[in-house]
Amino acid sequence: METLEQIRDRIATRFPGAQVSIQLNPGAAAEHSLLIDSKLGREIALFLRDDEALQFDYCSNATGVDWLDKEIVDVKKTTVPDAAGGPAKVVEEKTKRTEPGYLEAVYHLYSMALKHGPVVIRMRTGNRSDNVTLPSLTPVWRSCDFQEREIFDLYGIVFEGHPDLRRLLMWDEFKDHPMRKDYVSPDDFEYEPTPHDAVLARAKAHYPAPAPVAGVADPGPGSTSPATKPAAQPEVKP
Amino acid sequence: MSDAPSTPSPAAQPLDESRRSSPSEGGNAPTPFPAAGNISDAEREELRRNGILLTSLEELYNWGRANSIWPLQFGLACCAIEMIAAATARFDIARFGAEIFRPSPRQADLMIVSGTVTKKMAPNVVRLWNQMPEPKYCIAMGACAISGGPFKQGYNVLKGIDRFIPVDIYIPGCPPRPEALLNGLIELQKKIQTEKVAGPQAAKHLRSDVQSEFPVPTYGEHDIIPTKNPDVWSPPSLPRKA
Ligand code: SF4
Repeated sequence: METLEQIRDRIATRFPGAQVSIQLNPGAAAEHSLLIDSKLGREIALFLRDDEALQFDYCSNATGVDWLDKEIVDVKKTTVPDAAGGPAKVVEEKTKRTEPGYLEAVYHLYSMALKHGPVVIRMRTGNRSDNVTLPSLTPVWRSCDFQEREIFDLYGIVFEGHPDLRRLLMWDEFKDHPMRKDYVSPDDFEYEPTPHDAVLARAKAHYPAPAPVAGVADPGPGSTSPATKPAAQPEVKP
Repeated sequence: MSDAPSTPSPAAQPLDESRRSSPSEGGNAPTPFPAAGNISDAEREELRRNGILLTSLEELYNWGRANSIWPLQFGLACCAIEMIAAATARFDIARFGAEIFRPSPRQADLMIVSGTVTKKMAPNVVRLWNQMPEPKYCIAMGACAISGGPFKQGYNVLKGIDRFIPVDIYIPGCPPRPEALLNGLIELQKKIQTEKVAGPQAAKHLRSDVQSEFPVPTYGEHDIIPTKNPDVWSPPSLPRKA
């Protein structure tokens, strides 16, 4: 199979205006991916499918990624010569900027005909709120149908050209996108037998704090000391 | 019932035994059975071995109901696989008269909530329960149906079917083995056999003051509405450390 660089260059020559770049995966898997231009997404996908040397005829997996707004601190170093003739000083200038977040759709492509793959392609939306449209690749690979519906359901990416874009897992009236990192799930932890961490904080809100027992230091959560156990066991679900 | 007097098989005994020794009857001395006057258990058993059966309408009625509990044929998740296994020849739920899984709620006596109840599914489960005629019973099978189980902290899973409908038997496990389901079924049979046909303690399907249909939650924008039925379920008041 051609390397990712070769594929990128061939896409660049075939679609001169398209932005195509390689996203490096620094992990051990080193599964690098191609970030393709979402405006020409459908055409590039068709090229990957129909090109003689590539023939990616099978999309095994499509998923979404949510990237929140990122705060980036730029450090600009300038060397200021010392007026008194001493060694030059290095002055650091820090500027903060916010890189807007975006949503990403990731597709894993294989070729059944040539028995190679995977090649991972990604497309990015403009932002996370009002510019969340990407071209649907379901007309290119039929297997993307449910997976794109799931991405639409859980991440809120709108796939233009999808034959039947409805929510897949949640009900139609549901408004949220639960896989987004800023999703707040409903607070229905009224009863938790062993709460901890964030759930403990939520569970506490449902129960009044008991009056402190005089003379007994709070041994902290998780203690089974009988001194602080409630005298009468409350009724528990059978 | 007809062959019971002529075949003194031990299998026929647990019915009488369990009824007598059930804790709700209380006391050490067994209360004489109403129809049997002052005849003791031993005398009654002796009569039964000789082909004379003494019974009451209540006992006969409950015996019939307890041994023909038809479950509703539906499953929700992995627990349903164990329920299916319980219906196969190896475990054979037919031994307890519950092998006829009915495809229609109108014909079913028992709802086995076998598996994860997602919030999307919850209104449909409650609707099915409302469509079942009385007398009806509910078994919550597995951790998911009891409390949400491994998915308790999920945004999309109902934290126990008892938030919407009353549950008679809880079977813990993830999943419970088929034997556990059969044990739950036997416990339900015991429960049915102690039900009364008349009086203030009568079984709920014989009383008009007991609710048998429950409000079906609707799909909301962030969660199902309401998230629980306060008439059926309220959280236990666990005192917590501040
Ligand atoms: S309790 Fe366990 S086995 Fe049963 S449905 Fe839930 S996850 Fe599956």
